[in-house]
Amino acid sequence: MKVSAIITLKKDVLDPQGKVIHQALDGMGFNNVNEIRQGKYFEIDVKENDPKKAKEIVENMCSKLLANLVIENYKIIETQ
Amino acid sequence: MLVNEKVAIEHGLKSDEYKKICKLLKRTPNITELGIFSAMWNEHCSYKSSRLHLKKLPTKGKKVIQGPGENAGVIDIEDGDAIVFKIESHNHPSFIEPYQGAATGVGGIMRDVFTMGARPIANLNSIHFGSPQHKKTKTLLRGVVHGIGGYGNCMGIPTIAGQTSFDSSYNGNILVNAMTLGLVKKNKIFYSKAAGLNKPVIYVGSKTGRDGIHGASMASASFDDKIEEKKPTVQVGDPFTEKLLLEACLELMAGDSIIAIQDMGAAGLTSSSIEMASKGNLGIEINLNKVPCRESKMTPYEIMLSESQERMLIVLENGKEDLAKKIFDKWNLDFAVIGKTTNSKNIELFFDNEQVANIPVNTLIENSPMYDRKWKKAKLPKKIKFKKDDYKKLKIKEVLKKILSHHNVCSKEWIWQQYDHTVMGDTIQKPGGDSGVVRVHGTNKAVAASVDSSAVYCWAHPLTGGKQVVAESWRNLISVGATPIAITNCLNFGSPENEDNMGEFVECVEGIGEASKYLNFPVVSGNVSFYNQTKEVGIKPTPSIGGVGLIKNYQNMITMNFKEINNLVLVIGKTEGHIDQSLFSRTILDEKNGPPPEVNLFNEKNNGESLLSLIGKGYIKSAHDISLGGLLTSISKMCIKGDKGIRLKKSKNLIHEIEYFFAEDQGRYIIEIKPDDLKEVSKILDKNSVHFEELGIIIEKDMFINEKTKVTIDELRSYNTNWLNKYMSS
Amino acid sequence: MKSSVITFPGSNCDRDMDVALKKFGFNNKMVWHNDIELPKSDLVVLPGGFSYGDYLRCGSMASKSKIMQSVINFAKSGGLVMGICNGFQILVETGLVPGVLLRNRYLEFICKNVFVKLDSKDNSYFKNLDKDILEFHIAHNEGNYFCTKDQLKEIEDNNQIAIYYCNKEGQIEDQYNPNGSIKNIAGILNKEKNVLGMMPHPERMIDESLSGEDGSLFFKNLINNIK
Repeated sequence: MKVSAIITLKKDVLDPQGKVIHQALDGMGFNNVNEIRQGKYFEIDVKENDPKKAKEIVENMCSKLLANLVIENYKIIETQ
Repeated sequence: MLVNEKVAIEHGLKSDEYKKICKLLKRTPNITELGIFSAMWNEHCSYKSSRLHLKKLPTKGKKVIQGPGENAGVIDIEDGDAIVFKIESHNHPSFIEPYQGAATGVGGIMRDVFTMGARPIANLNSIHFGSPQHKKTKTLLRGVVHGIGGYGNCMGIPTIAGQTSFDSSYNGNILVNAMTLGLVKKNKIFYSKAAGLNKPVIYVGSKTGRDGIHGASMASASFDDKIEEKKPTVQVGDPFTEKLLLEACLELMAGDSIIAIQDMGAAGLTSSSIEMASKGNLGIEINLNKVPCRESKMTPYEIMLSESQERMLIVLENGKEDLAKKIFDKWNLDFAVIGKTTNSKNIELFFDNEQVANIPVNTLIENSPMYDRKWKKAKLPKKIKFKKDDYKKLKIKEVLKKILSHHNVCSKEWIWQQYDHTVMGDTIQKPGGDSGVVRVHGTNKAVAASVDSSAVYCWAHPLTGGKQVVAESWRNLISVGATPIAITNCLNFGSPENEDNMGEFVECVEGIGEASKYLNFPVVSGNVSFYNQTKEVGIKPTPSIGGVGLIKNYQNMITMNFKEINNLVLVIGKTEGHIDQSLFSRTILDEKNGPPPEVNLFNEKNNGESLLSLIGKGYIKSAHDISLGGLLTSISKMCIKGDKGIRLKKSKNLIHEIEYFFAEDQGRYIIEIKPDDLKEVSKILDKNSVHFEELGIIIEKDMFINEKTKVTIDELRSYNTNWLNKYMSS
Repeated sequence: MKSSVITFPGSNCDRDMDVALKKFGFNNKMVWHNDIELPKSDLVVLPGGFSYGDYLRCGSMASKSKIMQSVINFAKSGGLVMGICNGFQILVETGLVPGVLLRNRYLEFICKNVFVKLDSKDNSYFKNLDKDILEFHIAHNEGNYFCTKDQLKEIEDNNQIAIYYCNKEGQIEDQYNPNGSIKNIAGILNKEKNVLGMMPHPERMIDESLSGEDGSLFFKNLINNIK
């Protein structure tokens, strides 16, 4: 079963990537941007067919490795 | 929020410290004021446990332009040039988030240097991890190395040298010490002392967010089991913004607009504004609504204590605001006039038209607590009686293999290859030598720098260990042909509230002081990191010493690789056979007791200065000091680097061969000279009463240790280079 | 001979390039990324560094900066444009040379000396060099050159591959490939051979006290070719 997760920096943590991309877009004339936050997207194919269990496994991966909860949050966005 | 003793204690203050605050203010502080006190009075900013002892360090000298007390130390390297340098720890954040912790450590120390007007020209680092077998070590090592590289490489400053060690005492507390050297004209050095009334106070750089609020307090707390739950106190570094900040600051500094400048490091706006006011004996008034903020609804408390990176505070000359703003606009950085200097001698903060803090500056600095903590003197351990019979079972080649591949001796190329060490086009000695060396751009001069620590020696006997680290730093500079000038120190210890740990601190500092005084090698900057401990267990005492020296003509720089076949190899300094606390004793014999090798400062000075004079006369073709692993380890490295072999003569020294090869007696160097120069070199060494012995002759591919033992260069190389690569790829 | 080095806010090899160009006889000017006009030049160099922090894709934002339109026009009119390291990354983002630069194979920044073998010499950069193998220096995190099969065939057919990673003897094998580049490619040219992008830094190899001197050979030859 495939589970997707998004990792983003926590709200109050500085996101240098997002900041510079924002500035560059501004420079190119995209003046209608309030804020950009960049994150990571993972597609994980787990050996598990029960959606609930699969989600749990990925959550566990997120909290133990994929995200550093000191500065990042994770969100499981879909299972299929 | 109501302030009381309980809240104060939650801020890391002690009960009597809180009472003192109320007494000094003659009232109860509000929450913002309490935050300011807790930041200024914690160990990291106030040096309350260490100040008393740091005072004893020698900090003056003919070449010292600025000693401790500023953002960094400054030394004179002649022709109107000066070097600004400092080392600083970022241990706790690096354990929690290795990439960002290490990166912001590097960013912070570079800011300390360019705050003084100097363009950074070299980075170094000293990093220490737990046992290689510990489950966290590999991830931490990789993260820290990536973080150091990520920041330094992006800034375009070469990382030219460093030190890495592994020891189980760092399992729960790794050490990340970063050092930066910058180059400045002597007459263009900037300081943090504010002067003049009604001068505009300017905020530049990144916006203020809720990063690392109370990071400085975290740096002064030991870890417990709940570390994973600690609030987000680790900042994210933005090297690109720092690069912009560097260029913008240097552009502004080229003119005469700046009165004082201070970077916002630990305790951010709080410590930077207070330091500037305190040094200028002035007051400062800040309108917090003017501070550029990244988040909405930030409170005065958060604004004052935020540790967002890449920010600076500047006191400008009146009327220079527009000119300065233009420069920061060009570099796309925030610029805001947030306040002014006053004659109140208080720090006064306003927010939404209300006064939110009013504290006399002297209560935060001069009246901050200072403790004479209890400490225990360490006894010199008894010498171990090693049984010569034990040596008989050992094969020299096997011992050498184990030592060369030991994690604290092996090549760290896997690490330094990830650091850009050649950018700026002046690196003439890369990592892997005794010191890194960079040319002073556009001149014949070069600056050498190294960073050293010997936690094992310091743990076995702090006083001797402290002396030894300074001596080793001195030797590493001399080995590349540099005249040692001054040091910076990063003192990493356990809890000062523990008598043993405090004793280690006091005696290491005493040892450092004694050696630096004798060697005329003063301490010009540094930092103290206490509470490197998990629960009750502290790290081995680990003072890191960063040494800086000058090579007047860079063409005379010395490297350690053997140069030419048939040249002679000598050892300077006497080999007494001190095995206790050597790598040989600890790893081969598994004997971890005994005293560290004695440091004879007279010999250190005499041997070092004599070698410098031989280098000056052009006799020395290669040189390397003898340290961890002893004489044969040093020779092996010279063989590997030069891709040449050596035929060792039978030693006339009466001690056992094993002891001769692996003892860690101090004050020794290996040198290569031309056979024709032997007479002249002997004469000079004899005249200076320097002990020396002929070791052998350089040959092609093999190392002949004695009649029975031969090791090829390829074997030596594989012993030395494989361990770390294998470890990191497994 | 006149040269221009473009300085982006995060460039950090711009000074090194300036030093090298001047040392070998170029009259060099530094040009700010926000400028619109390019000074009259015989050679334009995009130096190494982290042009805009390179957080999105290396070189992506620099390729959109103001000065780049003039650089692109200059290149399209046949002017010599050389991109080193981050400059190469910017060139691929502008499309002046084909392909992309991915993260290094082992996901680590690499700073070390490498050997490169010259492929075609029918261009102003390498023409007349009497050595076929040069010792250069690399320092990058994203130097893993990649292009599609069709693109590869096209650049091979057009002799657009400038240099390959190799060993001292010139053998082009995977074990001498530091970053995983397809076919060991270290540098490529555009179809017209007036635009060169390469990962190695010749400007760090310009005197014997540094990493080596093959950079000196490169620059001496370059200025002679342009004259």
